[in-house]
Amino acid sequence: MALENENPLVFEAAKDRQITPEEEDDDVVDKIDNREVFDLIRDINDPEHPLSLEELNVVTCSQVHVDDDKNEVSIQFTPTIPHCSMATLIGLSIRVKLLRALPARFKVDVQIYPGTHASEDAVNKQLADKERVAAALENSHLLEVVNQCLTSRKT
Amino acid sequence: SSATYLSAILHGVMISLQSIAELEAHSDRVWSVSWNPSGTLLASCGGDKTVRLWGKEGENWVCKYRLEDGHQRTVRSVGWSPCGKYLASASFDATTCIWENKDRDFECIATLEGHENEVKCVTWCSNGSLIATCSRDKSVWIWEVDEDAEFECESVLNAHSQDVKMVLWHPTKEIVASASYDNTIKMFKNDGDDWSCFSTLASHESTVWAISFDKTGERLASCSDDKTLKIWQEYLPGNTEGVATVGSDSAWKCVCTLSGQHPRTIYDVKWCSLTDYIATACVDNAIRLFKESDCNTDKNQPSFDLLHTQYQAHTQDVNGLCWNPKIPGLLASASDDSIVKIWQVVEK
Repeated sequence: MALENENPLVFEAAKDRQITPEEEDDDVVDKIDNREVFDLIRDINDPEHPLSLEELNVVTCSQVHVDDDKNEVSIQFTPTIPHCSMATLIGLSIRVKLLRALPARFKVDVQIYPGTHASEDAVNKQLADKERVAAALENSHLLEVVNQCLTSRKT
Repeated sequence: SSATYLSAILHGVMISLQSIAELEAHSDRVWSVSWNPSGTLLASCGGDKTVRLWGKEGENWVCKYRLEDGHQRTVRSVGWSPCGKYLASASFDATTCIWENKDRDFECIATLEGHENEVKCVTWCSNGSLIATCSRDKSVWIWEVDEDAEFECESVLNAHSQDVKMVLWHPTKEIVASASYDNTIKMFKNDGDDWSCFSTLASHESTVWAISFDKTGERLASCSDDKTLKIWQEYLPGNTEGVATVGSDSAWKCVCTLSGQHPRTIYDVKWCSLTDYIATACVDNAIRLFKESDCNTDKNQPSFDLLHTQYQAHTQDVNGLCWNPKIPGLLASASDDSIVKIWQVVEK
């Protein structure tokens, strides 16, 4: 299959999280923060390229918003090109990763960064429909593709 | 909140929800709950591919039946026949199973096939002679039920342009209403030869997840991904309000939109035929109770008050609700937290 975007711009990965003394202290309750959620999704593989979503600038830490007290996580991701047919799959991979990694109390919103995709509203609506997400994840072929995106290349 | 308190005072009644039972048996999210017509058995279904039937033994609610092996995938919805002898279950495996209550057990007697993909809802008409199913394949199917409990497809309706989330029969007439991902509600009737859409209710700005008639069938409540609850009024041909109708069909008009009370998607709405309370199931884990305002009796411009919000009714999204058809104010709820709860409305 021909690649839709043959020569994507590649961005430098963020440095590893700096661990503070408070975070190593088990007596201090650490709230889940933006960086922690970003670290969960930055290494997700792009479905087409041997690169991570972070390296393609599809996800950035500044577009991750976490409110631990309100149990809310919101992610905006930027498809590499405005007609990217993989946008729904990328969003689904982000959603599944967070579904598996975050406590069930969190309400997760995954949306396209406004103005970066031709079918933004349709993709957002599909990603927000948990019934269709649930049905998609019962499809073994699709689940396999999602799991490939979620398999870390670093380990 | 103070606004809720004020509207409750104005309404002359303070209400709350008392927890009666927490039913734990499902091993995955519970999508839907449904009471049998006599109000003695509660069916629940969900992501674990099973249907559970709950009933009272002494003072305790227990799981009386576990219906397995009917479906290969999630069971999305369950619906009882009006006689209470049959239960239908709709599944993501594209089939609908019919279960018959035989000799103190439930047996799968038929599997309705034909939808191209996930069946989202199944419902029986008021006299038990017809079943409607709807699917992500955008269609609504009408099935005829004959005396030997044989099921035959009578019509395939392709009026919606997207995934159909719910179908519901009118409480007395042979009219079926459907709610869709295409943001509309449609009404269908048999006009002699075949079934056709006679009305499209357009006002919601996103997916319509659920609809519920009031006891008269002259009004309909709908809830949506657009975070609003809407009330629709039926206008018959020749109505004095001058609402335009076509032929012998009535027109449906949105007469009230309740916005601002739900911070997230509303997955279910149920209008109680015994108490007139409207209950909603929301992604914010809350169950809310509404009732029509006493002080405003104009049916063309009704107002509805939020009388109670049960915050953290569940620990995750509330997906489904059902009012008991015999015991006033007895409400069942289903959630992503895998638990089915039973509540009693308490008026003070």
